[in-house]
Amino acid sequence: MESLFDFQKRRGASSKFRIEPSIGRIDIRLREIWEYRELLYFLAWRDIKVRYKQTALGASWAIIQPFFTMVIFSLFFGKLAKIPSDGIPYPIFCYAAMVPWTFFANGLNQSSNSLIVSANLIKKVFFPRIIMPVSSVISGVLDFIFSFTVLIGMMAFYKIYPSFNVIWLPLLLLLAFVTSLGVGLWFSAMNIQFRDVRYVVPFLIQIWLFATPIAYPSSLLSEPWRTLYGINPMVGVVEGFRWALLQTETAPGPIIIASILASLVILISGAFYFRSKEKTFADVV
Amino acid sequence: MNDIAIKVSELGKKYYIGVKHESYRTFRDAIANAIISPFQRARKILKNQPSRSVDLEENIWVLRNISFDIKQGEVFGIIGRNGAGKSTLLKILSRITEPTEGYAEIYGRLGSLLEVGTGFHPELTGRENIYLNGAILGMKRNEIERKFDEIVSFADVEKFIDTPVKHYSSGMHLRLAFAVAAHLELDILLVDEVLAVGDLSFQKKCLGKMEEVAQRGRTVLLVSHNLPTVLSLCTKGILLDNGEIKIIDDIENVVNVYLNENIRLDGKVMFSNNHSYFNRELKFVSAHILDTEGNTTAFVSLIKGFILSIEYKVSKPLRLAQVAFELCNSTGLCVLSSTDLDGAQEIFKSKKIPGLYRASCFIPSDYLRPGRYIINLSSSIPRVKMLDDIQNAIAFEVIDTGGVEIKLAQGRRGIVCPLLLWKTELLEQNNYK
Repeated sequence: MESLFDFQKRRGASSKFRIEPSIGRIDIRLREIWEYRELLYFLAWRDIKVRYKQTALGASWAIIQPFFTMVIFSLFFGKLAKIPSDGIPYPIFCYAAMVPWTFFANGLNQSSNSLIVSANLIKKVFFPRIIMPVSSVISGVLDFIFSFTVLIGMMAFYKIYPSFNVIWLPLLLLLAFVTSLGVGLWFSAMNIQFRDVRYVVPFLIQIWLFATPIAYPSSLLSEPWRTLYGINPMVGVVEGFRWALLQTETAPGPIIIASILASLVILISGAFYFRSKEKTFADVV
Repeated sequence: MNDIAIKVSELGKKYYIGVKHESYRTFRDAIANAIISPFQRARKILKNQPSRSVDLEENIWVLRNISFDIKQGEVFGIIGRNGAGKSTLLKILSRITEPTEGYAEIYGRLGSLLEVGTGFHPELTGRENIYLNGAILGMKRNEIERKFDEIVSFADVEKFIDTPVKHYSSGMHLRLAFAVAAHLELDILLVDEVLAVGDLSFQKKCLGKMEEVAQRGRTVLLVSHNLPTVLSLCTKGILLDNGEIKIIDDIENVVNVYLNENIRLDGKVMFSNNHSYFNRELKFVSAHILDTEGNTTAFVSLIKGFILSIEYKVSKPLRLAQVAFELCNSTGLCVLSSTDLDGAQEIFKSKKIPGLYRASCFIPSDYLRPGRYIINLSSSIPRVKMLDDIQNAIAFEVIDTGGVEIKLAQGRRGIVCPLLLWKTELLEQNNYK
């Protein structure tokens, strides 16, 4: 009876929806994403729940990955190559950059494949497709928290205390999020038609890792090249993390502005590209 | 306010043939194209050709000029052969894919049962999957919470609700998936062939649910090969043929046109390799209608009876597999059904080894009303799984060749008209003057 009543009630306010070819109109339709926020939440929650199922080490993978990369970098770049580290111990210098980098790289990887993995869903059910890459980047936040706690432990070990600038950390994480999602939108939409993306993304991440000052400080560059370097948004993120947490004296002022602008360009162009390709996903995938 | 639920106008969908079949191109092709195509275009302009002429032949229209209205509360059927465009139409209406031309207007909340359970994740429990799948289908969280118990009891999985669904049997999986979808609060429901799967009792439950939905005044759009289902549920319908509407009318007429046009009357049929959705360890090859002399015919004598001969291939040893047919009259109503295990001794020892089989069954016909009949073929391991299923496999006509003294059958009620033995005795004679 109850649902019958509901039905009558809703019918009064019944909505009209028009389906037609969308020629020449590309719209980001943020409201649609907001309407589907619960789906976004459930998909992110699913990714988190499922990610480490049937693995022996479980969620500790979230720590192992950045931590051992740091150990190797410390050994080769810190000890052997004696790369400078802005006056702080090399391991923590490197790990503070590895933590946001891992979040970015995993988010990019997962979101690029998100549509292909759910091809079945895309062919059978309607929902704003953009939800898929967004939720896969969001689900990486939990991994970030795990590896971040290790960072806090290391800071205590090296007796390095953060400055008041630590309040900027959420915004720096947001910058990493925006960059990861922006690139992810481009690649996930391309991946539908060109499966080459599957091979491009790991390669790109590898190159990008060395194009970002993780194993070395950006202070190796002189101005104006250093600011220009900020066009790689991850430069702003990584230097920002070090500045906020380790009190390096390299306040990333102009760098961060370059990074923010670059990441917004990537995100907005990615969203438009995604929306323009979205209508063909179900036919092509 | 009008009472239209769906208005479709001049809808069309074009596929680029290359896109539909090759699932992806490579970067190299795209780059090569980007380099070459400006030159090609330039050459065309120089030669004064319209640049569109090249791609015209690479397109196929899977739907064209589709216009119809569905009223609120109507149960509307879409029938047609495989590849007629039924599923594409539903995909457009459920916004999965975009039309190329025309438009459709949807009044109210629309949801679809296009292959239920695709959003299930094997590692998650039944409970978690209900929430996830509900969200995918567009339900709000409090809506799912409110309906949760109802969904679980409809699906009959109370005991396993906290078990990962990868441990579910396929039947349980399907029941749970359907239950979630069936409890959506929708104004318009799109259904595509979900009833072809699942065991019989569950199919009945689903049909019941759909009737209930329809009685509540919601609109249902049903795509099915199963004509009796379509006939019993729908009031109106359309017949699609090659992407175009052949007829829009009351469902009886639509089904009639479909049967008359799509089932050839030559007493034999070979089945193509891709006629069904099942994995087919047992696969039908052909079916014949033979008269009592063994000649292939589509016209069966009322008195003599006929033989249904089915050939099928078994690719894997199957225990307890049975081959069955349904004999339906021209309205799609099932007159009788029978299986090759009927009357078998020691039924549990029955086993089909791999090979090609021919099963023949003599069917007496002296109780059938003259007219057209359709045979549906199916094979299954009862209560385990379906193996193959061919609706409307072969048709034949029962003709009155004379000789039976039941000439008053025209206009008489009843699905069959057996010649029954009557005996009339005069018990007492009254002499009235």
